[in-house]
Amino acid sequence: MIVFDRVYKRYPNGREALSDVSFSVPRGDMLFLTGRSGAGKSTVLKLIALIDRPSRGQVIVNQQNTAGVSRRRIPRFRRQIGVVFQDHKLLNDRPVFDNVALPLVIAGMRRREMDKRVRAALDQVGLLGKENVGPLELSTGEQQRVGIARAVVSKPPVLIADEPTGNLDPDLALEIMQLFKRLNDVGVTVVVATHDVHLIERFDLRRVVLDHGRTSSIAAGSVRG
Amino acid sequence: MANDSNQEVRPGRARRGLFESMGVYFERHAQTLVASLGRMTRQPMATLMTTSVIGIALALPACLGLLVANARAATGAWDSAIELSVFFKNDVRLAKAEQLARALRERSGVAAVELIPADAALKEFREFSDFGAALDALTDNPLPHALVVRPASDHISPAEIDALKRHVQNWPEVDLVQVDTEWVKRFHSMLDVLHRVLALVAGLLAVGVIVIVGNTIRLDIENRRTEIEVTKLVGGSDAFVRRPFLYSGFWYGLLGGGLACGLVGLGAWLLQEPVSRLAGLYASDFRLLGLDPRTIGLLLGGGTLLGWFGSWLATSRHLRAIEPTA
Repeated sequence: MIVFDRVYKRYPNGREALSDVSFSVPRGDMLFLTGRSGAGKSTVLKLIALIDRPSRGQVIVNQQNTAGVSRRRIPRFRRQIGVVFQDHKLLNDRPVFDNVALPLVIAGMRRREMDKRVRAALDQVGLLGKENVGPLELSTGEQQRVGIARAVVSKPPVLIADEPTGNLDPDLALEIMQLFKRLNDVGVTVVVATHDVHLIERFDLRRVVLDHGRTSSIAAGSVRG
Repeated sequence: MANDSNQEVRPGRARRGLFESMGVYFERHAQTLVASLGRMTRQPMATLMTTSVIGIALALPACLGLLVANARAATGAWDSAIELSVFFKNDVRLAKAEQLARALRERSGVAAVELIPADAALKEFREFSDFGAALDALTDNPLPHALVVRPASDHISPAEIDALKRHVQNWPEVDLVQVDTEWVKRFHSMLDVLHRVLALVAGLLAVGVIVIVGNTIRLDIENRRTEIEVTKLVGGSDAFVRRPFLYSGFWYGLLGGGLACGLVGLGAWLLQEPVSRLAGLYASDFRLLGLDPRTIGLLLGGGTLLGWFGSWLATSRHLRAIEPTA
């Protein structure tokens, strides 16, 4: 589903964010991307969502080589990827419903169908009934779940998350991570970037550890579940 | 949950799918149109200020245009007052003058020819001037026979008057032809200059409106940076991101045009009474020309177009620069 083949990323200021990174995530798999801050986790996610392009090497998402996706086609490309951010990136001047519905509005969905989908997504993250609440009235954990609902509402085959538990206390963090696992269980390919080593120890999942932009190890997680 | 999306692509429903997606397309545009207006009404002060500036900018050339139109209408009656005075040479006898007057009456483009014999002219001159005594001292009448020629009202263009003047001038019996309408011509050239000024002012202010709308939209884009980023991140195309801003520009222009109509209408209404009083003093039935449908259409249509164009420029320049960086 996602293939990184000898990927390099050098920024214009000369900093090399990734050098020779290779890994792959099969369809329906879930992967943790870990390593210290600045190790290149965010860069990997940016290359998947075509927020940036690799300097060298190939990034293939859902059988498409990102190098072949023209600027004009990026929007369509991104619609198959759900993205979750550490800071949620919610639109605070709009109710939860509008935030979650945004990808569907972009896709041009009918209102009736949209209602159904948004409610289903909110149900998945346990926020059904909060449609008309403003994001700022919600707790940080709830805001993050709104962000996840928005990422999955259009049922993208790929879901990527950048430090989704960064601002949460351990219990909430575990809850969110379990939510990702549940989404993965219904067939979504999930990549989660996190530096929280203790948290991912609790899941029996593959990990790619980055260190200074290099793949330092690829391993199956310790079996804890 | 995974099934309901599959229904949309069943082959039997393809036809309906086309109409449906067109329906969705228009529905989306309508929603964005209304949403843009809604967003503007939530910031009434900022919207009012932008709209006012546009309204005033559009009202200025419209007022100038009305001024020119009114001046033309008010002076239209003067054209029919154009007369040519034809003075014969002193040795031309009355019979010859009468014959020439008749010839002139036959000519097309001539409405009336009045012959003023030298005796009548002298009598009149004696009555209306203080030179009575001096004139008595003269043994001969120094005045020639004369004609007053009034062109037909549809033959009063400067070129036609000129042609008529030259035609008469070429007669050997004629000493002098006077057209006492130079000042009317001058006035009309002044109006032409004013008209040109109007076009220049309108052009400048149109550019002004584009800049105002462009700047407002630029600030709007800056304020909604996060929203634009997020929208692009979840797959919003450039066109989708751009749409609400274009509609905002549309509304600014339309509202500005409406305000301009209001301002011009108000101005005309305020001037109506004093102008007709003034016209009354000159025994004229002149009535001030107010807002006509053409001006209204021009203000609303022009305003909308300029607003749209201004926001189109702003979005072209600034939206591309905003890309998600998360």
